[in-house]
Amino acid sequence: MHPSSPQFSGRLARDDFSHLLIALKQAGYQILGPVVRDGAITWGEIAKVDDLPIGWHDHQQPGQYRLEQKGTQRFFDVVHGPESLKRETFVLREPLLTIERRNKSFSVQPVLPQSTPTAMLGVRACDLAALTIQDRIFLHDQFSDPYYKTRRESLFLIAVNCTRALETCFCASMDTGPKAKSGFDLVLTEDDEDFILEAGSPAGDEIFQKLPLAPVSDARLKQDNNRIEACAASQTRKIDASRLPEILYEAYDHSRWDEVANRCLACTNCTMVCPTCFCHAVEEQPELTQQKSEHTRVWDSCFTPDHGYIHGKNFRPTIKDRYRMWLTHKLGTWVDQFGMSGCVGCGRCITWCPVGIDLTEEIHILCNQPDRAKNK
Amino acid sequence: MISNPYLIHPATIIEKRQETSNIVSFRLQLTDPDVRQQFCFQAGQFNMLYAFGVGEVAISIVSDPDEPEYLDHTIRIVGRTTQVMGHMNIGDSLGIRGAFGKGWPMEEAKEKDVLVITGGLGCAPVVGAIEYMFRRREQYGRIKILHGVKAPHDLLYRERFDAWRNHPNTEVYLTSDEPGKTWHYHVGVVTELFDQIDLDPGRTLVMMCGPEIMMRVSMSVLTHRGLGPDQMYASLERHMECGIGLCGHCQLGPFFLCKDGPVMRYDHVIPFLGKGGM
Repeated sequence: MHPSSPQFSGRLARDDFSHLLIALKQAGYQILGPVVRDGAITWGEIAKVDDLPIGWHDHQQPGQYRLEQKGTQRFFDVVHGPESLKRETFVLREPLLTIERRNKSFSVQPVLPQSTPTAMLGVRACDLAALTIQDRIFLHDQFSDPYYKTRRESLFLIAVNCTRALETCFCASMDTGPKAKSGFDLVLTEDDEDFILEAGSPAGDEIFQKLPLAPVSDARLKQDNNRIEACAASQTRKIDASRLPEILYEAYDHSRWDEVANRCLACTNCTMVCPTCFCHAVEEQPELTQQKSEHTRVWDSCFTPDHGYIHGKNFRPTIKDRYRMWLTHKLGTWVDQFGMSGCVGCGRCITWCPVGIDLTEEIHILCNQPDRAKNK
Repeated sequence: MISNPYLIHPATIIEKRQETSNIVSFRLQLTDPDVRQQFCFQAGQFNMLYAFGVGEVAISIVSDPDEPEYLDHTIRIVGRTTQVMGHMNIGDSLGIRGAFGKGWPMEEAKEKDVLVITGGLGCAPVVGAIEYMFRRREQYGRIKILHGVKAPHDLLYRERFDAWRNHPNTEVYLTSDEPGKTWHYHVGVVTELFDQIDLDPGRTLVMMCGPEIMMRVSMSVLTHRGLGPDQMYASLERHMECGIGLCGHCQLGPFFLCKDGPVMRYDHVIPFLGKGGM
């Protein structure tokens, strides 16, 4: 049977949406979803339908993020905020160990996170793709990270297919969206009056079975698909990945790096909002008594002066070095390292860059514009 | 001990030796007998050493892979963490995570002549490999050891170099950038020693560790002497923090030097060495 055939899909009336929240709560999940806070969308607790960003739209452009109340009934017209799923799996601060002094030695206790079953409501296809990438890094490399693993396994993912693209979106060209293809427990497509739901896992099916769903016609499924395809077609930004990663290695000396370095503030925003960036540092925080110390993992960024620093030498001393490192890694060496690109086309780095640096533009110029400096 | 790669294991300092004014060697023994028994490493690998309440640093293992119950590390006091370590004494405890990275190609080097080129503290990561070969002397061809220091008082492991000199089919050459009253060896940079040695390019494997500029110049000179880039290995240094290819700091092109290195074959890293900003 085809997964999109009506047997696996169900229509949930808008007025019945609370049944989904109830079913999730009864199954033991805390529910996090998009909420409006301080003029942006962030993940927050969804106790009732009204907690969702009903009627809100987001407008994103290079260096700009604005929410607008449209007065509609829609729950999921805001595409995304600065936070991806990363904050639930590879968290900003993760205590790894507590270390206690014992005479002249010390004892070490791992601090594994509490596993709280959490339903993430409203996950976008780009962020599911990013989660797959982070799984590859944290779970399926030489070692499996027990902290990430515990958090990852507690997630129940409810995806939302995008029917509205932002100016900064380019998931279609990265082949990660706007339709959520895999990696979710439930997926829904929103329309004015209702939602079409599909289960993507046994856990998702359990919830699916508890909902007051009506049958869905093939015509409706086709109509939804057309809306998703139109969303893809409406994306104006794109990355031509056909010559990556080689083109980035060849572009090492390109004069464009100097131009972008003149604008880049090395503020680290792009790496903080990126759903796949995984650099981290370990901080040691001893108590004042020096009897106990906490060993904590915190997000780091390749834009910080410390990132390439080693006893008296900085291997990447300039902003130019660091921007080149970031972009070359994200779209180039990442492929060599993990067999996949590090970019999912969510566009967050474009929106949240305070000076509006657009990586799609940078890649386009590096790939297609001959180096003026070289031709002099 | 690998189920949680972040777990730090206490180890007791059982010997301490002040090598120079700012270099100290420790012999460590893991405190937990089970951990000690499971611990193994290869020549050229490194450990993350931890000082209580301060943090971790990546330090290569100097000692013999055949005796993993003792772990020797030579540390240059250069930063906050190593400064604290330098003040520690016999009976104190350090923490260990490891062993990490890829070591020297001891199998590939078998039946071959081995040319070791080191500079300064760069001799430390190769000591384990040299001792390994001497314990299996018949399995390796001619061994030539070239080592350079900035000044005579920077020479570490003097008695080791003297002992190696006495092995059959082995040559040891020392040089110092600066002359000194008690320095009876060459004065100049390490590449000047290349004129003194004869090489059989067809059967030589090179192991190198030291300042990157020294290694790059050496590799270029050796290329002119007929060695291919796939015959030369270098132990490279970058900011290593996690040891498992996760924290991102030690990247050099597509490589995580903590995981794919620190020992890298020259032809794999040629495009990335000597370029600023990598």
